[in-house]
Amino acid sequence: MAELKLPVDEKSIRALKVGDFVELTGRMITGRDAAHKWLLEDFRADVAPFLKDSVIYHCGPVVAKKGDGSWSFVAAGPTTSIREEPYQADVIGRYGLRGVIGKGGMGAKTLAGLGKHGAVYLHAVGGAAQVLARAIPRVERVFMLDEFGVPEALWVIEVQRFPVMVTMDSNGGSLHDEVEARSQAKLKELLARKA
Amino acid sequence: MAATGTYTETFVELIRRASAELPAEVAEALRTGREAEQRGGLASIALNTILENVDLAREASAPICQDTGTPVVWVHHPTGVSTRAVKADFEAAVREATARTYLRPNAVNTLTGANTGDGSGRGIPFMHFEEWDEPRIEVRMILKGGGSENVGAQYKLPDGKLGAGRDLDGVRRAVLDAVVQAQGKGCAPGVLGVCIGGDRVSAFEASKRQLLRPLADTNPMPELAALEERILREGNELGIGPMGFGGSTTLLGVKIGVLDRLPACYFVTISYMCWAARKAGVSIGEGGELTWLS
Repeated sequence: MAELKLPVDEKSIRALKVGDFVELTGRMITGRDAAHKWLLEDFRADVAPFLKDSVIYHCGPVVAKKGDGSWSFVAAGPTTSIREEPYQADVIGRYGLRGVIGKGGMGAKTLAGLGKHGAVYLHAVGGAAQVLARAIPRVERVFMLDEFGVPEALWVIEVQRFPVMVTMDSNGGSLHDEVEARSQAKLKELLARKA
Repeated sequence: MAATGTYTETFVELIRRASAELPAEVAEALRTGREAEQRGGLASIALNTILENVDLAREASAPICQDTGTPVVWVHHPTGVSTRAVKADFEAAVREATARTYLRPNAVNTLTGANTGDGSGRGIPFMHFEEWDEPRIEVRMILKGGGSENVGAQYKLPDGKLGAGRDLDGVRRAVLDAVVQAQGKGCAPGVLGVCIGGDRVSAFEASKRQLLRPLADTNPMPELAALEERILREGNELGIGPMGFGGSTTLLGVKIGVLDRLPACYFVTISYMCWAARKAGVSIGEGGELTWLS
């Protein structure tokens, strides 16, 4: 398994293929439904440096505030990505993202955006909130906490060997499309069976 | 009515157990699934991570999944118990469990988009009360996550596109279609709670109630037992696999209940429960003695 350092350049991202298992180390940011809409309503210059050449994690964490006022992630698995389908490709292009982490995969518009801008979709294991929280040793800062609440805020985090699978790459490959096509064909076969 | 506090601490512990401790039978089903997957493949890696996560959550008393879901609660109580007081205590317990990070602040004001901040809100938690003849109170709950809730579905038969008529083979077709539509998005491998019949309100509640059944039980109605077994087998033939990565572990269980229906309606209602099929229960005796239920 390969370790990938963040921030990352376009060439390293374009070398990744569907089926690769990688571990991420460095700085990234969380963002989900409210964040994606907000990132496109205007150019958010204060958040932009945290997106450039890094990845956005579709995650609404459980967060604890420690005695010294700092934060820590108590549980932090991925949320379903497809809800960001209308926004994702534009967020990637506008802010120079190199990747998206989530679960469930995304659609044709995002897949085209990955190819155009040189980015990948990275699948974390859904529900694995403890394994993944342990790969997030530090919370650096947070944007829009009061406005969006804990799950929807944009959390800048440091990750260490954060495990993900490449399920959509920058060459048009999508594991989700493959599995869906196969299961649709199998369904047809099962529905042809007698009662 | 204000919370009396009588049951609050018991309910906080119930919520902690539901959030942090995956039922042993579910972990067992996940291990069985892992044996069936190709070693070193994505499906097997995913199940390894899931099983490691289950152990970590239990050890740390921390949420298995950060989406701690909607607490859906069924209470059976003897005559004379104030259901308003029990409800108020449970709501207080949700707020306390959220403060202790057993739960995420998971209630959002739909109109303003603001998080209520304490886990409770209009319609959250969702509670059902039924009086019974026993002297004890029994509380059973699930934590129903949002990703899996989004892939739940309600079909009305007949459905021409699926070739699904108003019979059990039509039900099979609808349920298998729902599994294909869900792909990995409901955090497969999942457990299906299904209700045949009912109306658009009663059927979803009944489908969720099916999720309280033990995975290994057998439906007392033989025709439904046969249907459960067939859908489980065929669902796993679809090849969707853990997280939709491809593989032979797509479903951990299928549980089907039935309600009567109007002549005009034939609904098939499916609640998809993610692999983190979190449930817990407690029995509170007349003298307040507690028995934790699996």
